[in-house]
Amino acid sequence: MAKGIKDKVAVIGMGCTRFGERWNDGPEVLMQEAFSEAIADAGIDKARIDAAWLGSCFDEVNIGKSALPASIALRLPNISVTRVENFCASGTEAFRGAVYAVASGASDIALAIGVEKLKDIGYGGLPEFSTAMGSLVSMYFPNMTAPGGFAMLATGYAAKYGIDISEVKRAMAHVSVKSHANGVLNPKAHLRKAVTEEKVLNAPSIAYPVGLFDCCGVSDGAACAIVTTPQIAASLGKKDAVRVKALQLSLSNGMEFQYNDWDMAHFITASRASTAAYEEAGIKNPRQEIDMMEVHDCFSITELVTMEDLHISERGQAPRDIMDGFYDRDGGLPCQVDGGLKCFGHPIGASGLRMLYEMYLQLLGRAEKRQLKDPKIGLTHNLGGFPMMNVCSVAIIGKSGV
Amino acid sequence: MVGITSYGGYIPRLRLNRGAIVQEMAWYFPVIMAVAQGEKAVANWDEDALSMAVEAAWDCMAGRDRKAIDGVYLASTTMPFADRLNAGILATALNTGEQGMMNADFASCLKASTTALISAFDAIKAGDMDNILVAASDQRRTKMATMYEMFLGDGAAAVLAGKEDVIAEFKGSYSVGCDFIDHYRGYDKAFNYGWEERWVRDEGYGKIIPEAINAFLERSAMKIQDFDKVIYPCYFAGTHRAIAKKLGIDPSKVPDNMHAVCGDTGTAHPMVMFLSALEQAKPGEKILVASFGQGCDVLYFETTEKIRDFRPATGISGSLANRRGLDSYPKYAKFRDLIVADLGIRGEANPNTSLTVLWRNRKMILGFVGNKCKQCSTPQFPPLPVCVNPDCGAENDFEEYEFADKSGEVLMFTGDMLSASVDPPAIYGLIGFDEGGRALLDFADCALGDVKVGMKVRMSFRKKITDSVRGFTGYFWKAVPLVKGGE
Repeated sequence: MAKGIKDKVAVIGMGCTRFGERWNDGPEVLMQEAFSEAIADAGIDKARIDAAWLGSCFDEVNIGKSALPASIALRLPNISVTRVENFCASGTEAFRGAVYAVASGASDIALAIGVEKLKDIGYGGLPEFSTAMGSLVSMYFPNMTAPGGFAMLATGYAAKYGIDISEVKRAMAHVSVKSHANGVLNPKAHLRKAVTEEKVLNAPSIAYPVGLFDCCGVSDGAACAIVTTPQIAASLGKKDAVRVKALQLSLSNGMEFQYNDWDMAHFITASRASTAAYEEAGIKNPRQEIDMMEVHDCFSITELVTMEDLHISERGQAPRDIMDGFYDRDGGLPCQVDGGLKCFGHPIGASGLRMLYEMYLQLLGRAEKRQLKDPKIGLTHNLGGFPMMNVCSVAIIGKSGV
Repeated sequence: MVGITSYGGYIPRLRLNRGAIVQEMAWYFPVIMAVAQGEKAVANWDEDALSMAVEAAWDCMAGRDRKAIDGVYLASTTMPFADRLNAGILATALNTGEQGMMNADFASCLKASTTALISAFDAIKAGDMDNILVAASDQRRTKMATMYEMFLGDGAAAVLAGKEDVIAEFKGSYSVGCDFIDHYRGYDKAFNYGWEERWVRDEGYGKIIPEAINAFLERSAMKIQDFDKVIYPCYFAGTHRAIAKKLGIDPSKVPDNMHAVCGDTGTAHPMVMFLSALEQAKPGEKILVASFGQGCDVLYFETTEKIRDFRPATGISGSLANRRGLDSYPKYAKFRDLIVADLGIRGEANPNTSLTVLWRNRKMILGFVGNKCKQCSTPQFPPLPVCVNPDCGAENDFEEYEFADKSGEVLMFTGDMLSASVDPPAIYGLIGFDEGGRALLDFADCALGDVKVGMKVRMSFRKKITDSVRGFTGYFWKAVPLVKGGE
């Protein structure tokens, strides 16, 4: 295997807007808000940034194509700026671009910024995307939405393990209850209200068996990261800056929906990306060694199944771990410590960087009311697309020397 | 011997009880109460005349060699395209192949089906063609609270005309052509415009059909008593009986007009009624079939010994039995676009259909044709240049594989309330085919409560894209869960 990215790059500054229905703020305002926090945090002049990556997904209803919107909004000094889009992994892809640029030596200090303006379309949920799938796919693909795509996973999971759908629903409900409880503590979260399991279970159906509270919010937001080499970080007085430990991406190759082998109850990509990330980061026992996680809880069922694909819960055992409170704030491995997509919503280009932002704050002991006790390693995970064809990213960051 | 070598039928699963129409609409036009017996067959929101014709045609061709077809004739007054060969879409959906095919639409008149049949038999007799598939179908929109709304139903029928293993020999025909306008539909109009019923009954059906039959009898030196069955459509029950009386036929030899079970299926109806009779027929039966519409075609058939062993895959009686009540009149009205409900902004997206993409992928989209790897035998959809089997990975080494007639089961599914749909929730899921291969498909003709993981499904050709801005209808295949007991 390649040597990997471990400890080659340091994160010296991060920023994140308040996520929510930012009716009066355009994407340029959101980007500037996140960027000004990050640049102040890094303590550098923006002229020192020599390359940037922008993550955004629904360009048609958002900022438009190309990376120009970021370059112009931030008045970047005519440096290279690259727009990346890879479904829900777009934010993490921007981070990957910046990190790889630094690791390669092509760049000294690089910026990753993600933004999405979802609340300008006039209706709830993500923008309609049938036409974004290409002119052939739109001729035969089902009339699918994001909740519908993931809701199918619950029926597949229940069938695979022979458990009643009501039992899966109950564990899904606890996933949301836990995240809402965490969101209450976070001033940047969109939804800051605790919910009960009963409320979640009695909510209207969005896509059987997914109910309203099984779905993450839909918000506007931006987040960004400034990365550099550990040496430059040290020269800036940030010797102990947070280190990148692993960055992995895995994409479906069509096997899930074309070949009679996939079990409809797991993410092939997440399973592979997490295994590779643990190897890259030198993690032998993730359940023990990872201190906190931000995973892609676009829907509660996604988070439930992901616990198994990250090899934290045994196959078929995620509902039990969830109900045992293992992923709660005071559990064995706190998950969605900032409130998750559930409470932040999912401005797609920003989400991966927002997750890293929380890990970053926690590692630096800056998470205020949400601060966990001395975390050393944090994992983030994104999953874009559908259970049967998706893009999965796994990132691990941690303290230096760990 | 030239005649019918196979047949199939399709009556859509949904049935609207006429009592529901009366209940909602009799306040507006109480006369509809007089014909409120039974139910009418109603195409689902994603069905139209073409999709129903495809169903009937596949039923007709079940287990038969579709490559042996030399031409596809489609008869309908409600074809989706005014200028694009609708029969050509049907042929592609059947994956008949393209070389040596002479496809044709027979349109603009309710007797187009029998005219298409006569033309097919004539072409085969002439010797240049061996097998012609003739399908007839209609899905007519009617205004609310009209007699047409009461009388008309949706349905399709298909016949394979040929000369090998004939089950009903075509013995001759006679036609009358006259510009009698009981109703018409002008260019670009959504609904038919009809004339006074008394005139249509007495001077139309009641005169033109018996006169044509009598002319046929005279020319062929036969008597009406020579026939075991005399079949003709006429949705006026009294006139239907009166025609029999006028001809001097024993009423037991005149099959019912099917008003109570499906309604008048328009261009398809002479064939629907005829095929219903064929399902019951014994060898040696002489059957007279007449149609009506700007004249009348009279066709004479005689069943052969081969009919003893012939059973359609589903047929008319099979699809009539596969019924589900649609007892909500507003739902019916919405399905036919008679009332305006909000699809929401999410439903506004309406890109055009790329005709180059469709041409390149016509077999895949219209015929549901995928790949089968020649090295590892794995069927796969959509067809791609590299085998999906991770242990194989063969490149460009495939044969064509048809999924349209394959059965499968539900692997995972949902009922989606967020998706813009005429009939929410939009139900869809992943299907695993019994003989290998998978596909992510919309489901049709089911309610969310019916669907379970592991349930068997069959494939059905449906409307997929309705582009009202450009007048384009796109089609693809959907999975129909086989709900037990027909309900």
